[in-house]
Amino acid sequence: MALLEIENLQVHFRSGDGIVRAVDGVSFQVEAGQTAALVGESGCGKSVTALSLLRLLPEPPARVAGVMRFEGRDLLQLSEREMREVRGNAISMVFQEPMSSLNPVLTIGRQIAEPLRLHQKLSTPAAGRRAVELLDVVGIAEPARRAGEYPHQLSGGMRQRVMIAIALACRPRLLIADEPTTALDVTVQAQILELVRSLQTQFGTAVLMITHDLGVVAEVADRVVVMYAGRKVEEAPVDALFRHPQHPYTAGLLRAVPRLGAAAAARLAEIPGTVPSLRVRQAGCAFAERCPRVQPRCGTEPPPLRATSAGRWVACHDPLPAPTST
Amino acid sequence: MTNNPLLEVVDLTKHYPVGGWLGRDQGLVRAVDGVSFTIARGETLALVGESGCGKSTVGRTILRLVKPTRGEVWLDGQRIDQLSSRALRSLRWRMQVVFQDPYSSLNPKLRVRDIVAEPIRNFALARSPDDLDRRLAALMDQVRLPRDALQRRPHEFSGGQRQRIGIARALAAGPDLIICDEAVSALDVSVKAQVVNLLQDLQRDLGLALLFISHDLAVVEHLAHRVAVMYLGQIVELAPAAQLFADPQHPYTRALLSAVPIPEPGLRRERIVLRGDVASPLNPPSGCRFHTRCPQAMDRCRIEAPALRARHACLVACHLIDTSLQGAPA
Repeated sequence: MALLEIENLQVHFRSGDGIVRAVDGVSFQVEAGQTAALVGESGCGKSVTALSLLRLLPEPPARVAGVMRFEGRDLLQLSEREMREVRGNAISMVFQEPMSSLNPVLTIGRQIAEPLRLHQKLSTPAAGRRAVELLDVVGIAEPARRAGEYPHQLSGGMRQRVMIAIALACRPRLLIADEPTTALDVTVQAQILELVRSLQTQFGTAVLMITHDLGVVAEVADRVVVMYAGRKVEEAPVDALFRHPQHPYTAGLLRAVPRLGAAAAARLAEIPGTVPSLRVRQAGCAFAERCPRVQPRCGTEPPPLRATSAGRWVACHDPLPAPTST
Repeated sequence: MTNNPLLEVVDLTKHYPVGGWLGRDQGLVRAVDGVSFTIARGETLALVGESGCGKSTVGRTILRLVKPTRGEVWLDGQRIDQLSSRALRSLRWRMQVVFQDPYSSLNPKLRVRDIVAEPIRNFALARSPDDLDRRLAALMDQVRLPRDALQRRPHEFSGGQRQRIGIARALAAGPDLIICDEAVSALDVSVKAQVVNLLQDLQRDLGLALLFISHDLAVVEHLAHRVAVMYLGQIVELAPAAQLFADPQHPYTRALLSAVPIPEPGLRRERIVLRGDVASPLNPPSGCRFHTRCPQAMDRCRIEAPALRARHACLVACHLIDTSLQGAPA
């Protein structure tokens, strides 16, 4: 049994002019200790998937359906009280913008101590001492002094370290990281990715990394789930996905990324057009309009998700061939 | 005249006083501190660096969206940093700008037609209403938007399309120079490639000069002819793009390049992970401003600020380069 099993997740939002199908039947699994990446462009539903996992979407306007089994229990069936036992304890989350996810009027020491007091029932002084230790673990110099400071006194990179300290305080089995380095500079991003990796080996935490940055994916992920317009279009182990993408969207995305060290004179490969509106129910494949391999049936028949080899799935009527060996 | 660079910036400096309570200044944020460079006609110079390095302030100071504290800005042989705003206005059509956020840089109440026509009207460039229509249609073609886009409003467009509208507005006045301030940073990968290609084509077809301000090094490598790397308000290295990416000289440039994640699993490069964060431009470190994070800092770096010196085709501000040059012919 996988640590997290998501089956046919649907997240719909009711809005003034119709229903937005932000996530439309997505399934995937995260194994214990593994890093899975959820990638796609804005509006593909990756962040909504993450938020619905912790049941952080207000219902209504959101409607969440499907099965989200974490260690065998369906999170969607839990009461709000049981859910509070899960959040920040067994599953915790790091967001993109550390400034807006930290409380500006509490010291960071107190914010790290909060989950420890709540979930592990530590006394206030014991939680405070543990908070200082955690600051040290995430690589903040002078942790005892820093614990008494407020978020605005820290740099962006340090704030994200504090977020990670809070998230890891109760040794969660699953860490959801939603674009954790997108707001950071590259030199600081390198530090944070390094930190997540080393903490993961140390604590054996599984990570669900949500990102649009294929460079980050290549660096941290074991498995990759590619989403497009609310659906999963491809899933594969990281090496296989980058080496032999099977969905035309994945292939296009990989070609479109400007790479350091690539021939500078060459043109970037474009994917023509833009992402379709999620308000209109797609009759066929959502990528059909932009796809170089489009066929007549792509416009009418949604392509089913098929396993193409061990651990690989693709939803396409005419996927790119996988190599025979590997 | 034609041998002049199109744009020349000399010792450009912008300091912001901060923390003054009842007029008592407590310090200066040295956002830009003595930056000099030139841009030739039809050339792309990229200004790269991390947040707070002053790259955007350089762009804004050239456009006089902020007033420089010191330094000179020359456009096509004419000094423009001291012109009155009225005198500058008559030159504004030559320098245009594309901003990062296509959501906040387009007036939501105007139709695209009026947004793009504004510079044409401001500078009275159209000879007749028909001429205006022809120009607008041609601009839509140039940025590859359908002509009927002119009748719609910004909210009907995606981020990438809005950025094309912003580019059309910048092109409308027929400028010599466009300053792109993180113009593709907010776009998704598939759309970013479209806009990068568009900028490249426009530059080739129209002979535009671009000042491309960006933190995205892979895009910069793709677009730029020359690259200036900034750290805490100063240029630490300026070199032809091919040379800078193949053989970076300054330790900061090297660390910056090595930190960019490459979309190829298993390819683990030798990474130089810098300690700590960028120091504050309020009270920048003594000597070389990078010495607090530099893996190769020497005693000299803490005391003496290195000057930007020529080495082959590039300029580098680092004592290590000076040391390795000793004994070599100048």
